[in-house]
Amino acid sequence: MRGARRALPARPGSGIIVPALAALLLLLLTAVPVATLVMGSLQIEGRPGFTTANYEHVYSDPRTYRLLLNSFLYAVGTSILAIGLGTSLAFIVERTNVPFRRGFFAVTLVPLIVPGIVSTIAWIYLASGRIGVLNRGLMAALGLESPPFEVFSLLGMVWTEGLHLSPLVFLVMVGAMRAMDPALEEAAMTSGARPLRTLRVVTLPVLVPALAAAALIMFIRGLESFEVPALLGLPAEVPVITSEIYFALRTYPQDYGLAGALGVGLLLVSAVGVWSYGRLTRRAERFATITGKGYRPRIVELGRWRWVAFVYILVYLLVVVVLPFLVLLFVSLVPFYIPSLDMLQKLTLQHYVTVFEHPDTLRAVRNSFVLALSSATITMALTAVIAWIVVRTTLPGRRVLDLLAFLPIGIPGLVLAVAIIFELINFPIPIYGTLAILVIAYVTRYLPYGMRTSTAAMVQLHRELEEAAAVSGASWATSFRRIVVPLLWPSLVAGWIYVFVVSVRELSSSVLLVSHDSTVLSFLILDLQQSGQSNAVAALSVMLVLSLVVIVGLAQRASGRFGVKEG
Amino acid sequence: MSVLTVESLHKTYTTDRGGVHAVEDVSFTVEDGRFYTLLGPSGCGKTTTLRCLAGLERPQGGVIRLDDTVLSGDGRFVPAFDRDIGMVFQSYAIWPHMTVFDNVAFPLRVGRERPSSAEVKRRVEEALALVGLEGLEDRPAPQLSGGQQQRLALARALVRSPKLLLLDEPLSNLDAKLRERMRIELRELQRRLRITTVYVTHDQSEALFLSHRIAVMQSGRIVQEASPRDIYAQPSSPFVADFVGLGTFLQGEATAGGVRALGAVVRCALPADLAPGMPALLVVRPESVRVHGAPSDAPNVFAGTLRVAAFLGDHLDCLVQLEGALIRARAHPGTQLRRGQSVWVELPPAECVAVRDDGWRPRAVTDRMGDED
Repeated sequence: MRGARRALPARPGSGIIVPALAALLLLLLTAVPVATLVMGSLQIEGRPGFTTANYEHVYSDPRTYRLLLNSFLYAVGTSILAIGLGTSLAFIVERTNVPFRRGFFAVTLVPLIVPGIVSTIAWIYLASGRIGVLNRGLMAALGLESPPFEVFSLLGMVWTEGLHLSPLVFLVMVGAMRAMDPALEEAAMTSGARPLRTLRVVTLPVLVPALAAAALIMFIRGLESFEVPALLGLPAEVPVITSEIYFALRTYPQDYGLAGALGVGLLLVSAVGVWSYGRLTRRAERFATITGKGYRPRIVELGRWRWVAFVYILVYLLVVVVLPFLVLLFVSLVPFYIPSLDMLQKLTLQHYVTVFEHPDTLRAVRNSFVLALSSATITMALTAVIAWIVVRTTLPGRRVLDLLAFLPIGIPGLVLAVAIIFELINFPIPIYGTLAILVIAYVTRYLPYGMRTSTAAMVQLHRELEEAAAVSGASWATSFRRIVVPLLWPSLVAGWIYVFVVSVRELSSSVLLVSHDSTVLSFLILDLQQSGQSNAVAALSVMLVLSLVVIVGLAQRASGRFGVKEG
Repeated sequence: MSVLTVESLHKTYTTDRGGVHAVEDVSFTVEDGRFYTLLGPSGCGKTTTLRCLAGLERPQGGVIRLDDTVLSGDGRFVPAFDRDIGMVFQSYAIWPHMTVFDNVAFPLRVGRERPSSAEVKRRVEEALALVGLEGLEDRPAPQLSGGQQQRLALARALVRSPKLLLLDEPLSNLDAKLRERMRIELRELQRRLRITTVYVTHDQSEALFLSHRIAVMQSGRIVQEASPRDIYAQPSSPFVADFVGLGTFLQGEATAGGVRALGAVVRCALPADLAPGMPALLVVRPESVRVHGAPSDAPNVFAGTLRVAAFLGDHLDCLVQLEGALIRARAHPGTQLRRGQSVWVELPPAECVAVRDDGWRPRAVTDRMGDED
């Protein structure tokens, strides 16, 4: 295959211009912010020249190392919980004869749609030591003296984020299990290995690369996560790097130097993660099982354990989907929050009215929608072209493009926002606080996901289809528009839906970049929560989750396949 | 001594895509040390049958016996890992996280006998030597080429010296040259080890080349079981005739001493199930047809026009237009024939095969005829 690659068409025109522009745009979106961030962290506002003063200040402070340790513990814990839950679920749903497995598949993915801020707030109501419903319920039922759970703690943070990320692991592992040739296990069985031994000696080792890759991605996601550290970590006095950066920029006077130096530190840690991930997946590709071929997985007969597995999944769904949603529904419908069932007699819709009467609501809805639409469209268009360059051409820099498009996976949203702020300080056109700046942030953040979908689809597309268009007289643009895009369409739509949903959920970049005019839904929820309007928050959250479920459901029906993919 | 007996095996299941795979009332016996092939198109039930033999599928009815042990049936089902078998899969199923040595040693290490590690080493080396992979023990398995992986899978299946060797289209993923070589090696190996073998394939030439006996399957049933020579020379139905070789089908009616076709009586032997007056198909294999440039006194000679004469190196591929039929023939490559000339084709009675016309028609043949008219 390698020898069969070709350079860009010799005839100048769209074949040079469009890919060149796309590559330039990619550079502007990824490499430039990182460079600006590093430069900004080496400067002090109002003083000319470069200095390492920010770093000296930050990294001589023992507190910084406590933050790093907290971040590390939090990310590792989150990753372990998410991997444990996601993998066991994937195995049960994909590989066993658990009852109603097909139905579970769709429901397990619902949490993917729920914004992190919403699930975090829900867990405050469920497991806060002071007001948590679960605590109150269990204390009353079992006669306990003190609340059994405390969400405002490192453990509570790990729990909330781990649950939130587990559906991603589920998806990754389902993919890995489907890509595994069932004959590998059958060969072990015909060689005399019993089922448990087969699982231990063949199944798990073959899945190890996928597991390790998923664990690393979850670790990076944990490091960069913002909602849980801000809402649970700050009150619990478990500060991590992200919450510290947020704090440095949200309190007056804003300390850009501190934010920059911390941001670069976080970037380095997560760069190590991304680098190991890259090494690992490259090694995984050498495993003959990763053929991109779909198999019919071998179903493991569980016998009487069938119902144990069934209950396990039910409990998972209860904890991840049902309880958080019910508690938010409850809070949104009572006049004020008291964790007592008596409140059910005083149900009211007043908070829904409050939400609609709030001056920011309609603007936030409109902004979020416009942002999601444009980010999804731009991301998929851009990554389709970049994927074409990476997969189809022999350009010397194509590996760099691939790397650049993957880079944002290691840039925490908050750090990206800091970088963009640094860029804007010296920018001649005043675009700070506009929707455009948010589009830039979102597109940058979701490039890796768009890229993954586009590349996977592009690799499947036989190059001769394009060559046939070329010898029929089609220019690059015509061939791309009439051949490549239509054949990639299902994958592009799937990627589009995913970027749409995550754009609506996005908070960690938005929180530093929105202005009064460019406010978005996730930020509005945070804002209302911090100003103490918790019932309105619940009402807004309930409506947001329901509309996202409806939108994704419709989009999937329209596109005729499941549209969520994640790396 | 290992004899495999299968009695009225039944298995039906629906795939995810809604296709129904079925095995209905399949019975056969594989004698000790014999190479037995299940041959048929995709979906005929051959792989399902093999997987029932392996214990990877649980049959809904029937009995499978290996020597005196019931593997399946009579309320018993021995799972795959307790059967004394070796199996080679279509995808080879080489474990990518193990070395060549570990792959082959696996059946010895997990099986019931558990030999010492020196014994394991000796037997692994022996098995690798059998398939010509000696010296590659420490190589990570994914680094092997397709052909080497295939040999490795075979070594792994043989290392326990199982009573029964099962092969599921093991050659279908190899390129043509390698496939040719592997089937010679496989044949030699089986003949030398005299291991009772069941082989599944859709490739008739593989089946003819390798087997002692062939069972042709169609829609979940065995429609004919015989030696390679008999399957080819005396197919029991148009389906079998078409599946095991090339040939022109001539429609006609059985009559005393032959089949009424081509406006005359083509003389040939009639099988037992074909009585005069019944609809019959005459199967004419291309290599049985002789093409003459002049009339001949021999029996079954018909005049026609040469439509196509293509030189193919070892033979001349001819299509001759007779009255009412287009006949495919293989002539000697040195024969001097021109397109469009008059020829006389001779169908030697001993080589013409008559089968009962059950209405089945090969799609490829009708298409081919349509194209060239």
